[in-house]
Amino acid sequence: MTNDLIHATAAELAAKIHSGEVSSVEVTRAHLDRISETNGKVNSFLHVDTEGALAQARKVDDAVKAGEKVSPLAGVPLALKDVMTTEGVPTTCGSKMLEGWLPPYDATVTRKLKEAGVVILGKTNMDEFAMGSSTENSAYGPTRNPWDLERIPGGSGGGSSAALAAYQAPLAIGTDTGGSIRQPGAVTGTVGVKPTYGGVSRYGLVAFSSSLDQAGPCARTVLDAALLHEVIAGYDEMDSTSINEPVPAVVAAAREGLNGDLSGVRIGVVTQFQGEGYQPGVLRSFQAAVSQLKELGAEIADVSCPSFDYALPAYYLIAPSECSSNLARFDAMRYGLRVGDDGTRSTEEVMSLTREAGFGPEVKRRIMIGTYALSSGYYDAYYGSAQKVRTLITQDFQKAFATFDVLISPTTPTTAFKIGERANDPMAMYKADLCTIPANLAGTPAMSVPSGLSDEDGLPVGLQIMAPALQDHRMYRVAAAYEAARGAFGGPSL
Amino acid sequence: MTSLVELMDYDEVIEKYDPVLGLEVHVELHTNTKMFCGCANEFGGEPNTHTCPTCLGLPGSLPVVNGKAVESAIRIGLALNCEIAEWCRFARKNYFYPDMPKNFQTSQYDEPIAYNGWLDVTLDDGEVIRVEIERAHMEEDTGKSLHVGGATGRIHGAEHSLLDYNRAGVPLIEIVTKMIPGTGRRAPEVARAYVTALRDLLKALDVSDVRMDQGSLRCDANVSLTPKATGELGTRTETKNVNSLRSVERAVRFEMTRQAAVLASGGTVTQETRHFDESSGTTSPGRKKETAEDYRYFPEPDLVPIAPSREWVEELRGTLPELPWERRARIQKEWNLTDEVLRDLVNAGALDLIEATVVAGAKPDEARSWWVSYLAQQANARGVELTDLPITPAQVARVIELVNSGALTNKLAREAVNGVLEGEGSPDEVVEKRGLKVVSDDSALEKAVDEALAAQPDVAQKIRDGKVQAAGAIVGAVMKATKGQADAARVREIVLARCS
Repeated sequence: MTNDLIHATAAELAAKIHSGEVSSVEVTRAHLDRISETNGKVNSFLHVDTEGALAQARKVDDAVKAGEKVSPLAGVPLALKDVMTTEGVPTTCGSKMLEGWLPPYDATVTRKLKEAGVVILGKTNMDEFAMGSSTENSAYGPTRNPWDLERIPGGSGGGSSAALAAYQAPLAIGTDTGGSIRQPGAVTGTVGVKPTYGGVSRYGLVAFSSSLDQAGPCARTVLDAALLHEVIAGYDEMDSTSINEPVPAVVAAAREGLNGDLSGVRIGVVTQFQGEGYQPGVLRSFQAAVSQLKELGAEIADVSCPSFDYALPAYYLIAPSECSSNLARFDAMRYGLRVGDDGTRSTEEVMSLTREAGFGPEVKRRIMIGTYALSSGYYDAYYGSAQKVRTLITQDFQKAFATFDVLISPTTPTTAFKIGERANDPMAMYKADLCTIPANLAGTPAMSVPSGLSDEDGLPVGLQIMAPALQDHRMYRVAAAYEAARGAFGGPSL
Repeated sequence: MTSLVELMDYDEVIEKYDPVLGLEVHVELHTNTKMFCGCANEFGGEPNTHTCPTCLGLPGSLPVVNGKAVESAIRIGLALNCEIAEWCRFARKNYFYPDMPKNFQTSQYDEPIAYNGWLDVTLDDGEVIRVEIERAHMEEDTGKSLHVGGATGRIHGAEHSLLDYNRAGVPLIEIVTKMIPGTGRRAPEVARAYVTALRDLLKALDVSDVRMDQGSLRCDANVSLTPKATGELGTRTETKNVNSLRSVERAVRFEMTRQAAVLASGGTVTQETRHFDESSGTTSPGRKKETAEDYRYFPEPDLVPIAPSREWVEELRGTLPELPWERRARIQKEWNLTDEVLRDLVNAGALDLIEATVVAGAKPDEARSWWVSYLAQQANARGVELTDLPITPAQVARVIELVNSGALTNKLAREAVNGVLEGEGSPDEVVEKRGLKVVSDDSALEKAVDEALAAQPDVAQKIRDGKVQAAGAIVGAVMKATKGQADAARVREIVLARCS
């Protein structure tokens, strides 16, 4: 029974809970049990909110018993990335800086989940302040990839994706600044979606890079991701950058895709994202996916987006610049860590000691890069130029989308690498986000759907599907059709 | 505490140097809510009670622009004859300070909402100087630090500091002038007159409380000296903490004499922030910074650009009220005042009060006479501004009405005003409590007259003999007996009737 419950999809669980076949409490307990069994190995959860989860589950069960109409994912458990504020529940962002902080408010995403009856199991591990591609930068130890515990689960949202792969939760929330949802999805064999920028409110998402950050759904199936997408998306007056447009009909699109027909869908293969530096098994998996999409009726051709070659350097100026400002607030004055306040030191010394002790090396590196890039005399050369690249990338997308409905590429150049392998080589680490960054810079939606396992190492590979802004449904349709054609590829033995 | 500073005689300063001014005024808007969140925008209150995740800069919080603040900014820009940006953005000004919750201030940098304007400023003698406005931009205020312990009340040397974030996020408009050269001897006066004119303008627009004592209007005065010999622009200092109109004038004058002395002794003026000390009337350097400040401005990614439509701007132009200079011209014409009289009224800060008194029903002459004579004396005696006297224009109008109806004599009216000033209540309440009614009961007056005539039989005889002017002595005695509450004219009539 427990085994069935933890392997079921969110859609299946919702149907069973809403029909009264199982209770949300049973489903929730099954997942809580799974977490206690496996979290010691995976370290995907930083905080498990047993009480809160069971209370929410009981509420849903009562509503079901009373015959009330509940929302589509009511009673289904979810893992929430620890970058989203939760009232009265620890929110650390994977940093010592916020150890013990209890936010006085819920993020809009948190609020929407609660209102939809979704059961929040707890908060998942992440690279500190979402800066990283391996979850090794967490102050609370790395998360391990359930497919191979010696390997990274991707990052920054490694905790959320590992929780899905380890069957600790059927749903998770991630945030994606340069690939932090899609790259972990790819290397853990799960689905991860970065919606259109502004599609999901950022209120309560602790900012890394405000103009790039976007929360999105993570799941083991495309339909589950779509169901979660519709729960969390929508205009929010608390976020000035949120888009006041109807939420794209992603659930309907995913269901349509399950018909298995992609006739007339024009798909562009981004030529920049293949060749040197790409693991052969990843490319073979990608080619197999292309063949399957063709069989589904899609028209496929190559498309060149030359400015994408400059996406990585532009990203590593814009994101650090914004983070250097966003993270200035961690100064020991109002909340979080305070170091050196012994009555003899000045405010500035306490601020400095706290930031020295509270931030990890990658966060410090990015704050320094960003501070430098924004300095007077350097602004135009660095931040200014990076913004121009951003415009060029947006234009390349626009040109490509004039011909194609969606674009595809591998999600990451390689499968999951070993823990520690790239820890001392930031450039190698940054390249994990090579294919995912352009969509963040352009604000367009993109997702990763598993394309099976690499034939050389047996590790999961991700197929990235990108769509124009506000056309999120297009990629869900393609992903769902592909997912059905691809079939099952097994799961980790944990 | 303050080290002795060399100053140059003011006449000598003017002989050798041309002062150049630059004035930055920060105005707190009195919108209902803060610039970027829904917290109440109120002065005072228990510390840290008007706060929320956004104005405390909590992780994850986001700003949302207060539309009313944008509207006020545009109206201010229009009243200052500025161009209004068709598209502009907020920018982050990054620096660390404990009373700034995010350690950056959301402000505007190279894209202000209003720019290139001017304000005509009338000096005490009636001369009008046009001050050019560089820009007016929107930003948020910081919290307040209270430094406890230490000698200066400043952060240096304090034992600990208390932080109040009620003010954090209050909407501010910063209005910056272009360089103001060529004012010579009158530079300090120009500075004061500019801030005064700006204050009156903002008051007329009803966008701010413009209380310098409460910090809702704050002025930073930039001063530099150009040696007449070389004509080269000197190094400027920026004096902060200038909390009254008088202080603006004093601070500029002090800086001129100080900088001149530095230059004359062969030294160089340090470009720095200085603090004005109200009690000594001097400025002293702010804390020395080890490194040059680099605010690392960049466009605020949490907010979308502001693009006020031309239709909206024109609609707001239509809502501009009568502006102070327009009003002055109208009043001068309506009340038939000479330039000189008008100027005196303006300089005494009496114009608003007089107009309000007229609006409350008094005639302009009567209203003017009360405010510039008796009430001005009272303000002077108490050492307060006319506007700070605890009496309202409506109350003054009521007193005038009581005089005109014969219920009070001028003397009783002054006593009624005194009562109001002492906090005894409204004019009617004071009249009641102090028993200030004119004695209009003829029988009481007749009795008093008879007593006075009986007491002075020789005078009574003179009146009966036709020496009417002798009646004055009897009237005086009656007025004395009735403690001034009688109408002297009526008393005289009765005296003459009794002796006829």
